[in-house]
Amino acid sequence: MAFPRPRPARPELPRQRVQTLQCGQGAVRAARFNADGNYCLTCGSDKTLKLWNPHKGTALRTYQGHGYEVLDAAGSFDNSQICSGGADKAVALWDVTTGQVVRKYRGHAGKVNCVQFNQEATVIVSGSIDSTVRCWDCRSRRPDPIQVLDEAKDGISSVKLSAHEILTGSVDGRVRRYDLRTGQLCSDYIGSPITSVCFSKDGQCVLAASLDSTLRLLDKDTGELLGEYTGHRSTTYRLDCVLNEQDTHVGCASEDGHVYFWDLVEGSLALSLPVGQGVVQSLAFHPRLPCLLVATQGQVTLWREDNFQPE
Amino acid sequence: AAESSDSEEEDLVSYGSALQPLQEGERIKKPVPLQEQTVKDAKGRYQRFHGAFTGGFSAGYFNTVGTKEGWTPSAFVSSRQKRADRTILGPEDFMDEEDLSEFGIAPKDITTTDDFASKAKDRIKEKARQIAGVVAPIPGTTAFDDLIGPSKITIGVELLRKMGWKEGQGIGPRVKRKPCRQKPDPTVKIYGCALPPGLSEGSEDEEDEYQPENVTFAPKDVMPVDLTPKENVHGLGYKGLDPSQALFGVSGREHLNLFTGGSEETSNLIGDLRPSKGRKLGITGQAFGVGALEEEDDDIYATDTPSKYDTVLKDEEPGDGLYGWTAPKQYKSKKRPEREFKYIGKVLAGFSLASKPSAQIKIYPPPSLPRNYRPVHYFRPVIVAGNENCHLQKALEESTGKLESDPAHQSRHALSAAQRREQLGEAELKGPAPSIMEYLSEKDRERLKEVKQASEQQMKAKIVSQQSPNSRFQSASPEDATHKWQMQLGRQLVNAGSSDFKPFAKNPEKQKRYENFVKSLKQGEKGDALERFLDPNMTAWERGREQEEFFRAAIFYRSSNSTLSSRFIRAKYEDDVDKVEVPRDQENDIDDKETAVKMKMFGKLTRDNFEWHPDKLLCKRFNVRDPYPDSSVVGLPKVKRDKYSVFNFLTVTEPTTSVTQATSEKIQESNSLNKPKKSSRWDVSDKEQEKKDSISEFISLARSKADVQQQPPVPATEECGTGTTETLPTAVADEDKNPEEESGRPPMDLFKAIFVSSSDEKSSSSEEESDEEQQPTTSERASETTKQVDVPDNSSSSIQERVTATTDSGVSSLPTSKQELDVTEEFGPKLPPAFSSGRFCKHLDGKEKHRKIRERHKTKKERKRKKEKKKKHKKQKNKGKHKNKKPEKDSSSDTTDSSDSLSDMDTTGLSPKELLRR
Repeated sequence: MAFPRPRPARPELPRQRVQTLQCGQGAVRAARFNADGNYCLTCGSDKTLKLWNPHKGTALRTYQGHGYEVLDAAGSFDNSQICSGGADKAVALWDVTTGQVVRKYRGHAGKVNCVQFNQEATVIVSGSIDSTVRCWDCRSRRPDPIQVLDEAKDGISSVKLSAHEILTGSVDGRVRRYDLRTGQLCSDYIGSPITSVCFSKDGQCVLAASLDSTLRLLDKDTGELLGEYTGHRSTTYRLDCVLNEQDTHVGCASEDGHVYFWDLVEGSLALSLPVGQGVVQSLAFHPRLPCLLVATQGQVTLWREDNFQPE
Repeated sequence: AAESSDSEEEDLVSYGSALQPLQEGERIKKPVPLQEQTVKDAKGRYQRFHGAFTGGFSAGYFNTVGTKEGWTPSAFVSSRQKRADRTILGPEDFMDEEDLSEFGIAPKDITTTDDFASKAKDRIKEKARQIAGVVAPIPGTTAFDDLIGPSKITIGVELLRKMGWKEGQGIGPRVKRKPCRQKPDPTVKIYGCALPPGLSEGSEDEEDEYQPENVTFAPKDVMPVDLTPKENVHGLGYKGLDPSQALFGVSGREHLNLFTGGSEETSNLIGDLRPSKGRKLGITGQAFGVGALEEEDDDIYATDTPSKYDTVLKDEEPGDGLYGWTAPKQYKSKKRPEREFKYIGKVLAGFSLASKPSAQIKIYPPPSLPRNYRPVHYFRPVIVAGNENCHLQKALEESTGKLESDPAHQSRHALSAAQRREQLGEAELKGPAPSIMEYLSEKDRERLKEVKQASEQQMKAKIVSQQSPNSRFQSASPEDATHKWQMQLGRQLVNAGSSDFKPFAKNPEKQKRYENFVKSLKQGEKGDALERFLDPNMTAWERGREQEEFFRAAIFYRSSNSTLSSRFIRAKYEDDVDKVEVPRDQENDIDDKETAVKMKMFGKLTRDNFEWHPDKLLCKRFNVRDPYPDSSVVGLPKVKRDKYSVFNFLTVTEPTTSVTQATSEKIQESNSLNKPKKSSRWDVSDKEQEKKDSISEFISLARSKADVQQQPPVPATEECGTGTTETLPTAVADEDKNPEEESGRPPMDLFKAIFVSSSDEKSSSSEEESDEEQQPTTSERASETTKQVDVPDNSSSSIQERVTATTDSGVSSLPTSKQELDVTEEFGPKLPPAFSSGRFCKHLDGKEKHRKIRERHKTKKERKRKKEKKKKHKKQKNKGKHKNKKPEKDSSSDTTDSSDSLSDMDTTGLSPKELLRR
């Protein structure tokens, strides 16, 4: 006799603030969870990168070495390395434990807006306002990128990777998906400058936030519009959009100091989270828990579901 | 002769050159060790000798397989895509190249097989077979062989047989044996190589005492000289086991008769294997070991033992009279009375008089002359095909008997390249144009001509005026005028300085000539003198043309001054000027997509699919199989297109729409009343201006000021900008900040006309063009927002922008800072600012606050305006919402202006960094 499978938990949204990290590194440009969600990285405008345990609220390490503000960072799957890109046009590869820059990849002609590791942390993919996406090799010592994806006609605002795809959002209003497996480039025209793109967890959909204050959920394969989410304000800044851990809701930062969550299927506004007065700069959703990392101004806040009891 | 010969050794004969006597204390040179004695083959590869017994060949590395590194399989390749395939190796795979060559063990060349080879080669075999047939236990078996065997006997042999010839016999009429032994008739001349002495007078018949007079014999089957080429790879003189010899016995251990002078040996050389008495069966030959049938192994390697030689003198050669005297054989034939001794005197020791007089050099008389031969030679005059001497030419042609009237039959040397080309029917080669004038455009040529004519006329006028007192030369020929003009030109050229201008760089000789020409022109030489610099091989007409050309080039050079020419450097590598690489597929027709987006018809309409080639390494790193394992293309496949093709720019002309227009529909609605449906990026500025109509004047004023300060960094951004094709947008984005410029901007077509055709523009894809237009709008908006809000660190620029944003006219001049570069660099969505909230304002700049205040301030104004205009803008609405949340702060900033905010800034906490920056 088989036990009935436990009912899937009702998706919860982070509603209560459990931690506030005063980063002390100027404006926090980005806050990112590591691969398992136990730690987070904050990118400061004072050229530093900080590693935190957001659940306990402890700062673990500061990484100094960028020549200008750090705009994005990502951790490797094994938590041993960090890559970061900054306004100094460089992509840096850090060793987590020593805090040293292992490598610096120079080649971008402009600010590096976004960086990502691939699954095995063998390649760093970085997007820059110089309209190129560059794939840097972490294994060899070659100083030039493996490949430069220069199809975009304007700056790259967001890059995401899956196992075999590179998803880029560009200011030229296009979401481009480079599929390495099939050797295809799919370019979806959105029209408005893209600020952020992300894959859904099931890898079937692509969420794109654009400067017309709209989030669009596109089918990855056909490019058809599956959903449109509006209500927030995004006209000026490069703001992040996220999907929650169960792909039930989509979230987006807003310039009015809120974080909005919509039901993915219905498209109705599910939650408007008042974070602060300033623009919510960066969002990161925990990979497994209803846990949200929000960066606004100089601080980062951690939000959990309602019935969460912090120890 | 040896130098160290003592008196007692004087009569010794020594051969060769003596070694150098060793110096005192000199060390004996070490012999080159065996492994360093190298021999190279024709291709310079090292050859090694081994297997000397078998005349061996080199294989592998010092008789091993493989190479110095060891045994390596040849070109082993195995990858995920390409598995190593199993190949069946034949013997050829283990052979060296030499083995497969003509002289190798397995020659690949086509050779005649036995079936087709002439039988002459096989005579030995035939003979052996025949003899074998005779000697065989059952005689005549070979006859059966002949019957059974294939008709390998050639027709010649068959015919000979029918004529009575038998194998083993010589060919020719039957002769008596006696005459053979008679002295050769001196009158009979023998041509060709002289036979070795004694050959003709074979001594083999000496045993045959009795010879009947009336019996004729077939002529001997003589093979005078061994003409068989060495076909094997054995050592010289080596004979392998001859099966015929081995089986039927041969004179292998025969008594070696040294004194018969080898007459029989020579005839036996090829194996005249007639049975002799007392022959034993046995195996001979110089093979390894002893054959199974051989009884004793005393003569394995054909060693010369004294037992083979006579130890007792006996009367072997009756009539010789020498009785074992072992002097050279020539002495025995003293009977020859007609031997002439040309040399009479002492014969040096070790020498002997020639047994035969050296063959007389025959003098052939010259051929008899024909009767009408005249011993006078005259050279035929070469006649240039001129006009006046055609009669002479004709006469000469007639005299020589051939008419060369047809030009096609003229000597090929007389033809020019063009004539040859014509005859061959080839198209003209597109080489470098002979004249620089051909590089010029029609218009320029026209102009040049005019200038030239004008100057010529001027010169003429001058000359006329100069020469008018000199009445004799009043009618100056135009040629003279040109000379004068040349002089003038030369004088002008002197001032022009050194010439970096190389109009004939493609033809170095011509260029050299030209340089000399110009030099002399500068020195003021006359035209005749100048001509010596021209190619003397040219015809007068060509020379004239070249001179003309040089003159023109000189003029051209003069007209373009040296500073201009020095600015350009000739390309080292000729690039493909006419072609440009263009992505094969392009994202096009934004218009359609725009409408599709508006109708929310995402999908096929908005999607472009391209073939995209990821780098192989990238696939490897992503653990993905390369989708295009065979292609070397990376990225989008590109095609070469005509650079100036219309099709490259066709889509440029289509009106592009701004991105903002589509997205912010409300704005569009408001704008649609007084605007065309499709707005370009130029309209955006209007829109922006409209938004703040009242302040636009001031903004423009303030910006024009700020712009002056911003000017210098602009080229910097361009330079440090993208290395890709995106440099233009940067510049455009910078330009866009200047609304005044925008208002007075010429139409886009003009820009296209200027920039599109310029040769240094790399990619001219239509897509790019249209996107470039699109891009500035976004970047413009970004810059627009930069002006409203700014990053905390950006102190000066934020101040600047604040000035531009506020309506107050209090602030005028502003300090520039090094961070202006950042302002120009902004494109795309802005980075969000770090707000300062009261709780942690110690971390943040005071300016943030001000900015916020200003923003609020502005929103308020805008709200007012909104009330009037009913203009709904999301941003503004949100701002309004934002404002509503903090009414208490707003109330204080109702009437604030920038000066206020400035003072505000001073009061609020400033980070030390900010203070320092001021």
